[in-house]
Parts: sequence; structure tokens; C-alpha cells
Amino acid sequence: MLDAVGAATVDDLFDIPSDVQFEGSFDIDARTERETRRLVRSILGRNDDQTELLGRGHYGYYIPSLVDHLADRSEFLTSYTQYQPEISQGFLQALFEYQSLLVELTGLEVANCSMYDAATALGEAATLADRVRDTTGHRVLVPDLLREERRSTLANYVAGTDLAVETYPVDDGNVDLAGLEAAVDEEVVMIYAENPTVRGTIEEHLGAVGDIADDTDALFALGSDPVALSLLERPADVGVDVVVGDASVLGLPTSYGMGLGLFATREDYLRQVPGRLVGASEDATDRRAFTLTLQTREQHIRRERATSNICTNQAWVALRTAMHAAVLGPSGMVDLAERDVRRARDLAERLDDIVGVSAPVHDRYHLREFVARVDQPARAVADDLEDLGFAVHVVGDHEIQVCVAGVSGDRLDRFAEALEEVAR
Amino acid sequence: MTDDPDAAQSRYDQARYVEDGEYEPLLSEKDQTRVEIGAASDAGDDDGTSPLPDDLTRDALELPELSEPEVARHYTRLSQMIYGIDSGPYPLGSCTMKYNPKFTEDVAALPSAAVHPDRSEGSVQGTLELLYRLQDYLARIGGMDAVTLQPPAGAAGEFVGIRVAAAYHEHNGEGHRDEVIVPESAHGTNFATAALGGYDVVSLPSDDEGRVDLDALEAALGEQTAALMLTNPNTLGLFERDIAEIAEMVHDVGGLLYYDGANLNALLGRARPGDMGFDVMHYNVHKTFATPHGGGGPGAGPVGVVEKLAPFLPAPRVREREGTSKADEPVYERFDPEHTIGKVHGFDGNWLVLVKAFAYIARLGDAGLSDASASAVLNANYLAEQIEYDVPYGPFHHEFVASAGEQDAADVAKRMLDYGVHPPTTKWPEIVPEALMTEPTEVESKDTLDRLAAAFNAVAAEDDDTLADAPERTTARRIDQTSAARTPRLSWQALEDES
Repeated sequence: MLDAVGAATVDDLFDIPSDVQFEGSFDIDARTERETRRLVRSILGRNDDQTELLGRGHYGYYIPSLVDHLADRSEFLTSYTQYQPEISQGFLQALFEYQSLLVELTGLEVANCSMYDAATALGEAATLADRVRDTTGHRVLVPDLLREERRSTLANYVAGTDLAVETYPVDDGNVDLAGLEAAVDEEVVMIYAENPTVRGTIEEHLGAVGDIADDTDALFALGSDPVALSLLERPADVGVDVVVGDASVLGLPTSYGMGLGLFATREDYLRQVPGRLVGASEDATDRRAFTLTLQTREQHIRRERATSNICTNQAWVALRTAMHAAVLGPSGMVDLAERDVRRARDLAERLDDIVGVSAPVHDRYHLREFVARVDQPARAVADDLEDLGFAVHVVGDHEIQVCVAGVSGDRLDRFAEALEEVAR
Repeated sequence: MTDDPDAAQSRYDQARYVEDGEYEPLLSEKDQTRVEIGAASDAGDDDGTSPLPDDLTRDALELPELSEPEVARHYTRLSQMIYGIDSGPYPLGSCTMKYNPKFTEDVAALPSAAVHPDRSEGSVQGTLELLYRLQDYLARIGGMDAVTLQPPAGAAGEFVGIRVAAAYHEHNGEGHRDEVIVPESAHGTNFATAALGGYDVVSLPSDDEGRVDLDALEAALGEQTAALMLTNPNTLGLFERDIAEIAEMVHDVGGLLYYDGANLNALLGRARPGDMGFDVMHYNVHKTFATPHGGGGPGAGPVGVVEKLAPFLPAPRVREREGTSKADEPVYERFDPEHTIGKVHGFDGNWLVLVKAFAYIARLGDAGLSDASASAVLNANYLAEQIEYDVPYGPFHHEFVASAGEQDAADVAKRMLDYGVHPPTTKWPEIVPEALMTEPTEVESKDTLDRLAAAFNAVAAEDDDTLADAPERTTARRIDQTSAARTPRLSWQALEDES
């Protein structure tokens, strides 16, 4: 091959001035495949094996075996963006079906085929609001209990606009309507709420929030996920304009926060949607075929006037989510959500019987997680639980948060016993 | 003209399922079941009712209800209608479509990798150690002082770089800098990222040889310059020979130099952005470090910076705790950099992708990494030599941009599909007419490169009608893009409304 290119050595092919050539070494040893596997296993072996009762935006539902086996087929795993749709029909169709799943769940007409995660999708919702707003306002309102990580990500996304992120109060785990009304004026371009909230409460005032948003021509953005959306009020019915959130609640196991940004909105905003969209069309034989479409919104065509800078997205995770939903079917999805309500309720009742614990703290319905009050310092309770093999959130000086998603009944029993041991 | 692609040398027929005159039906065409909430579900309370009052629930959920075998067949069929790296060569320029070693999937699937991001530091030392080691690997490979692993993709990495630059200038009382300079031939994400960061984008023309035009750069630079974003080698595969001078020019006006890591594969072990004078860079681990592209993602876009920018990186990063005795295993902890820009992802980015990248680097080591760049550059040069299309710029490295000349590059690509290979990136960068941007990567053998060249050359010899009718052996024939955009049908619900 060197002869063919007329070079004596491979080094001759590099056109790098000597003053910037790297002569050193990275000091990284090569390993066999087996040694590398052993290395990673040994490093990760330092993670303690714990029963995680953790949620607050990242969940560990049981993932049916079918998802791993089919998503790992290498055609799915090793293809790239479908720039050549004629050889990519399978992935395009899977993404089209994912978009359709979200359309059914949200009641909104348009869903893109992924953002990175819930926090970045929220950021994209705000920049969408900035582009489509009727008013000259600059305020984005979020609940004061929003996860700091989401608020901070949102703040970075709007740093290049004149938008400012402000908070409105929360009352007993739900939107404080009076407080929200007091916070709203004509300068507000977007109101964000979550269902369920970060504390696991089911939001009871969505319709009223929608009305407040309507009154001020603000966009109503809702954070949710496919399990919650299977059961809870349909966003389109309560005036929601954009749904964001983590769709990988279905499809991905616990992955240290890796997610799948859900993004759905009204048809009115179609030309302002960020990210890739798969559409149906026809091929030369007039059969239905799928393709990436409306790409003039995107960075590779529109450059600095694109609706977002996103290129690589989370397509393979969207595939997994669609597969998980397909295996569950509508009855399985509704069952899963109803079980989340019932199991959280039952565990809260049980914990409430423990001396030194009262649960749930909020007098609301809950989905999969709730906050419990502990008489002992919450940090100490959590540390003691960790020693017994259970991980919980500390969300206040005397508040812990526990999540039932993906945790078997046996383990919940053992957790209740452990809490009984450490809480008094 | 070649009627029969067999005549070239290889025949390719992609799977094509047709039922009732259409390709594989949608899930919704197999079944639609409407589940009423509160009544029909099995999981009702003992009395069969919903655990929630009606006013907090939707009325019903209508989706396909299929058996597991039906779902398995559907997705198996769909997978057969996709071309991936494991199907054949994939020389998509700028995307670095390498083979993805299978063992990295196994290590990412280890049960010990499945931990929640809110776990206590003490209980996830393994995760923190892996992140720490990967930060360290990437810093060495890029010649950078500090690395964040949080950005979930290359464009997200660019955004971190731009936000870090903004925070740095702000911190120094130079918040007035409001321009980011981007070469005309740069990736679209560079322009979009600078705009998302609130900057005015100044587009920089190339010189006659396809590199940064130093006079134009001189004219563009000033006290309003926040940063210059550069890819090196650039999108034509050319090394920016004047990089040291470019760095000096940017630094002289107080600007920062940003390295777009999309083309780092060309330089592994031979040159480092840090040594070239770059202040901040992103790494595309799904390109350079072989994590699978997954039909468009997930990737990861870690960002490296020089010392003076480290205090502005996203939070948290991971470090070794001081004061741990030498005899003990090191203890790792999360920390927030002093002037951090905060978060750019809800948690810590695409963890599973980072595990795969770590395993790839640990497997290859120094020797493997520099072999990768050597083979990538040799392969690109060999392939360019074998094809009959003109390659106007050089000497190139890991990729080259050929010109389809009188042919339409998009049609060339469609016809290449019939020969069982993935075509190059087309019609970009625009500096080359009818561009065929080709990056074979280091993984292809000489035989495969020869087969790829034969496909290029077969198409080069064909007439416009043949090209316009292509492809014919793929699942779908040429797809009408105009119709898709003119009448958007973005869900099965939209298709049902239409019929």
C-alpha cells in the first residue's frame, strides 16, 4: 500500500510541522481483550452492591431481556445517522414509531427522535419559547423545588439569550397556584412544571397552570416521562405546549444518569423544533418509506440560524424505549404506572408505622417515590441504611426520599425492616 | 453503462419485507388496543379500581398490544433493513465510522456499572475511579490539563467550550468579547454552538490551498474576539501547518483557541492539540474511541482545557482525595471547580459510552492508538489513489474530499448503495464542487479498500440516468425528500388522519 501511495514510510504521509509533533508517550499500556475486561471489572468492583431506592429523575425499572437482545443487534448498534434513508429504513421506522408513541402519550402532534436528557430538553424548550414567543418578555419560571442540576443546565442553555430563569413557590409538593399567579406577569415566556414532581407527588393543578400560561401567552412546558404519561393526565388536555423529560425510564437500566431527552410539542411550532425528525414519504415505487425530514431546521444546513446545535443524539436509547413500550403494550404500561402508585402508597403507609418516621410528608398522591420525615438527622439515617445495604436520598435535614421503581417486594420488606432498625 | 451491478464485482441485496404492498408494517398496523384507565387494567386495587381519582388520570391509552414473538420479529426485520459498520465499509467523511469492538459492550453491561448517579461517593468508588482514569487518559492524549466528561455529545462539548470561554472572559472583565470566528469549511455545529452561546459568528474564508487564510484571520481578529474554533486536520483532511502562528495571533488579541475534536483520529500519538496552542477542545469518543454510533447516538463529548480554564469547567469533576496514605487504595471524590459554569447535563453525561471509551483506550494503549492514526491516514491515501474521481486538495490525512465533477454527488452516493458499500458524505464541504468526503478509517483491509474503490469507479463510469434511477437493490428505492417535507407526516397518527 505504501508503494501505491508513493511513500517510503507511513510517517511520510503526515504533514505535521516538526515544532508541533508529539514525540512523547501517553504512558498507557496496551492490554489483551481479556486483561482489559479484567481491569474494568476490577475497577467497577469497587462499587458497593446496594439496593437503590433512588429516583429523582433517574430510575432503574426492570428491562425485559428482549430489549437487550434486539437492541444489541449490530445493525442497530453500528449504524449512524440515517443520511442515506434507502439503506436505513429499519432504524427510521423504529424512530418513527418512537415519535408516534410520544404523540399518543402526550396528545401533542410532534415529537422529535431525541434530545440528550431531561435537563437539556428543558433547555431546548426554553430556547423554543424564546423563538416563538409573542411577547417581548424574558422570564422563564420553574418550580423552586426543581433539581438544581436541571435548573443549572437550563441556565446554561439560555445564557446566550436574554432569558432569565426564576422560580415560583411550591405548596405541599404541588404548584402553589397563588404563588405562581403572583410571580406571573406579561414578561413571562415559559412556565415549567413537572408531573410527577421531583418529590414524587402527582401534580393536581395542571389545568390551572395551563390557564395561567394561556392568560399571559406564555408557553406551558411540562416535565414527565413515558410511565407517568401512561396513567396521568394527558398533557394536551391541560393546555401543555411542550413536554420534555426523560424517556429512558423505559428502555435503559440504571446508567449513572445517562438518559433520553423527550421532546414533544404542538404542530404550530413544527418549524422551530430542535433535533431530528423522521417523516413518512414515498419511494420510487410509490411504497411508503421513511426519511429524516425538515432538515433545514438543523445545524448542518442552517448553521448559526439552526434551531439547536444538536447533531449526535440518543437514537439508540430511543430505540430501546420504543422496544420496551412495545413489549409492555398499553395494558402493561398502565399496569406499571398503577403499580408505581400503589406500591409507593403501600410502602409509605408501612414506613409511617415505624417509630421515628412519618410518611408521606406531602398529603398528595404519589408515583413511585415519596418523601419521609425522620426524627433522627436524615444524613445519619441514610448512612446507617447504607451500612445495611440500602441507598436513599437525603432531601432535607430530617427528610429522606425513597423510590420503589424496579425494587422487588422482598427488598422493600427488608428495607422497611432496616429503616425500623435505624430510625428510632 | 452497467445494467447489472454484478458486473462490477459484488452484488448486494438488502432485506426487503413487503406485506400488502408496503414494506414491514408499522406496529400500529399490526394492532391498536385501547386500554381504558381505571376499568380494564389488571393492576387495579383489590376491588379492581384505579389507585387514582379520575381527575388525575387520562381517559385511555391506545397503543399496539403484541405478543413478545411478534415484537421480536418486528425488530429483527427492522434490523435487517439497516446498513451498519458490521454490514460493510462505512467511509462517511467526518464521522469516523470505525469498527466497534464487541468486548466494550460486555464491560458496559457489567452489573457493577449499573449505579444511580445520586449514590454516595463512598459507595461508588469504582465508577469514580473509572471516570478519574478516563479524565486522565484524555488529558494525556489531548495534551490538556483538565477534562470534564459531562457533555453527552460533540456539539454539547462545543457548547461547554464556548460557555467556559465566556465565563473566562467575563471573569477577566472582558465580557464585551462578542464574536466567535469559525472557518467557512467547519462543521455546522460550530456555527450553531457559537450562536447558541449568544455570540456573533464570523465566517472565515479558506485560502487557495484549503487552509485558514492568515490575512483574513488577521482582519477578523480583534478585541471583540472571544474564540476561534478550528478543526485540525480540517474538513479537507489538511493539517493547518500555520497552527503555531494562528495560536499566537489569537492569543495576541486575548482570544481563546478551540479545537473541534472530530478529526482527532488523524493525530493520535503524533500531535496533540495542547502542544499546538489550543486552549480548549472536545473529544468525540464515538468517533476517535470507537464507541458505537447507535443510529445517531448516544455519543460523548468530553472537554479538555488548559490550566487557566480549569476553574470554569462544569461540575462535578472527579479527583483523587488528598492525604490518602500510599498503602491504601486511592479514594476518589467529586468536586465543583472554583468558578464552574454549572451543569450542561442533568447528571454526569453518557456514562455507558464513557465506560466503552475507557475500555477501548485501555485495550489499545500508546502503540495501538498511534497505529490507529497511521492506518487511518494510510488507508485514506491508498483509497484516494485508487479512485478515478479528482481529489483537488492535499496532502490530506485521515480523510479526503473528492469531486464528482460533472456528476451529481448525491446521485453518486445513491448508486454506491447498489454496490453494497456506504457512500461518503456528499456535497460538503462546499469548497469542493460535488464533494465526496471520504474517511475509510483504520479498520478496513486492503481488499475492502479495493472493493470500495471499485464501487467508486464503477459509478464514475456510469451515465446520469443510471445514477438518477439508483438505488435499486436497497430496501426502499429513491425516497422523495420533497414530499416528506412538503407534507410532514411525523407519526402513525398523522398517517391515519391522512387516509
